Amino acid sequence: MTPVLQTFGLSKQFGALTVADQIDFQLEPGARHALIGPNGAGKTTFVNLLTGRLTPSSGQVKIIGQDATQLSESERVKLGLGRTFQINSLFNKMTVMDNVSLGISERLGISKKMWRTANAFKNLQEETLEILDLLGIADDANEIVSQLPYGKQRLVEIAISLGLKPKVLLLDEPAAGVPSMESGRILKALDALPQDIAILMIEHDMDLVFQFASRITVLVQGAVLCEGTPDEIAKDKRVHQVYLGDPDE
Amino acid sequence: MNKLIGFQSNSRLRMAEFLPWILALLVFFVLPDYLSLGAQILTYILFALSLDLITGYAGVVTLGHAAFFGVGAYTCGILSAKLGITDPVVLLLCSAVVCALLGFGTGLIVLRTQKLTQLMLTLAIAALCYEIANKATPITGGADGLTGVVIGPVLGLFKFDFLNKTAYLWCLAILFVFWYVIRRLIYSPFGITLTGIKENKQRMQAIGVPVNGYLLKAYTFAAVVAGVAGALITQTNQFVGLNVIGFEPSGEILVMLILGGVGRIYGAFVGPLVYLVAQDYLAKQFPEYWNLGIGMMLLIVVLFAKGGVLGIVDKLKLYWRGKE
Repeated sequence: MTPVLQTFGLSKQFGALTVADQIDFQLEPGARHALIGPNGAGKTTFVNLLTGRLTPSSGQVKIIGQDATQLSESERVKLGLGRTFQINSLFNKMTVMDNVSLGISERLGISKKMWRTANAFKNLQEETLEILDLLGIADDANEIVSQLPYGKQRLVEIAISLGLKPKVLLLDEPAAGVPSMESGRILKALDALPQDIAILMIEHDMDLVFQFASRITVLVQGAVLCEGTPDEIAKDKRVHQVYLGDPDE
Repeated sequence: MNKLIGFQSNSRLRMAEFLPWILALLVFFVLPDYLSLGAQILTYILFALSLDLITGYAGVVTLGHAAFFGVGAYTCGILSAKLGITDPVVLLLCSAVVCALLGFGTGLIVLRTQKLTQLMLTLAIAALCYEIANKATPITGGADGLTGVVIGPVLGLFKFDFLNKTAYLWCLAILFVFWYVIRRLIYSPFGITLTGIKENKQRMQAIGVPVNGYLLKAYTFAAVVAGVAGALITQTNQFVGLNVIGFEPSGEILVMLILGGVGRIYGAFVGPLVYLVAQDYLAKQFPEYWNLGIGMMLLIVVLFAKGGVLGIVDKLKLYWRGKE
């Protein structure tokens, strides 16, 4: 099967600083893949290169086998690439329902309509509610997002990207900032995600990574250090060195 | 707080929404001496509506919206005074087309930027338009204004009279049409998408929305509406002065909108009404200091009533409901 997301020699320099260094990466259909690495390893930069927020200095990004290096952020979404943000990026004054509907409406081509009243599109409402239901926040559909507890806001963050029906979903630290009592909710929601979506999760919380991922890539100083199954990564000496420091020192 | 219009919002007309139209018709019959001021207010309401669409809903900041108002006014004036086109409908259409082109062209530049840069760019464009109007004396009349504007009867039937009865009803009819269109737009998925862009442009891009395309459509349409408003002011006054173009009227219309309430359609109705009536009154009472009165009014609104006059109305409603 062709990978749904591939990069070839993806690099990004800010002046003399290399933040992404010749990254070759691929994501299989339906994968549960995690990207880990110490602070400043360039994980979020890598995500921004994938989504098109940043343009690479060199290298190539392919989405569903198609060269997307020159495409804009919104064009990549249309190819099937969705993402969530490490720090919530929501429509704070709008309802949960509207937050999720905005993306679905664009995908269904409803957003262009200027004459018909928005509440006439019943299929939009149904699809939105389905997603809220899947993530267990249907009861909060009519709440204003800024008034929800942070944990639920994280779920809205995921719900918005699910509305895009992505084939590839990039989750940038889905549990970041969520109090530990609520992080179970997030994991439950992640387990509920459709199996056919390939997911790349960036996460600091190792418990979450090892519960969720079937493959792990370790990024250090902008370059791939190693890749493997959770077991292989857990045993890898280089990874221990990076995270815990050199035992000989 | 004024609730944002969303995908669940009911677009049915509420009773209060008939109020401005009933009031406008009442004015026509009860205050025939004020129809000149009335027509001016109606025009500025249309102008403010177009600003509300682009600023209040789509979140584009502009200090140059009168570029379109002015170009609309001058297009109408020049076509009439220099080329002898007098049909008011044709003149409105011409102003609309010219402003659509101008809105599209400047939108391509302005909408690439954000915040302060955007503000400066819009200001620069308005200033450019002002200078052109000021210097191209043979065509625009320059600082003396453009005279010789002749407007024929509306639809060949209703002549513009010196009591401004026709002008008033003509402005009212055009305002009604655009109010209806803009209201539909705001309740449509397109309108809600604009609100989304205002709320979080970055996220809109990340959910696949080609933000600039949407903004360009809205900006072009707002330019058309402002241009039509400008053409109406020319038709009412049968004269075009430099006061319709450039920074000053751009700032003025923004003040009017803030005074009424931004991002809620009817703020654009209340703002120009309060502002222009106050201006009319103050200019008669204190011919030299009327600006002071306007300034204090704005100060009070900005300091104590962030949502404008309609924001105050909202608070009073909440207060009454709390009492019951």
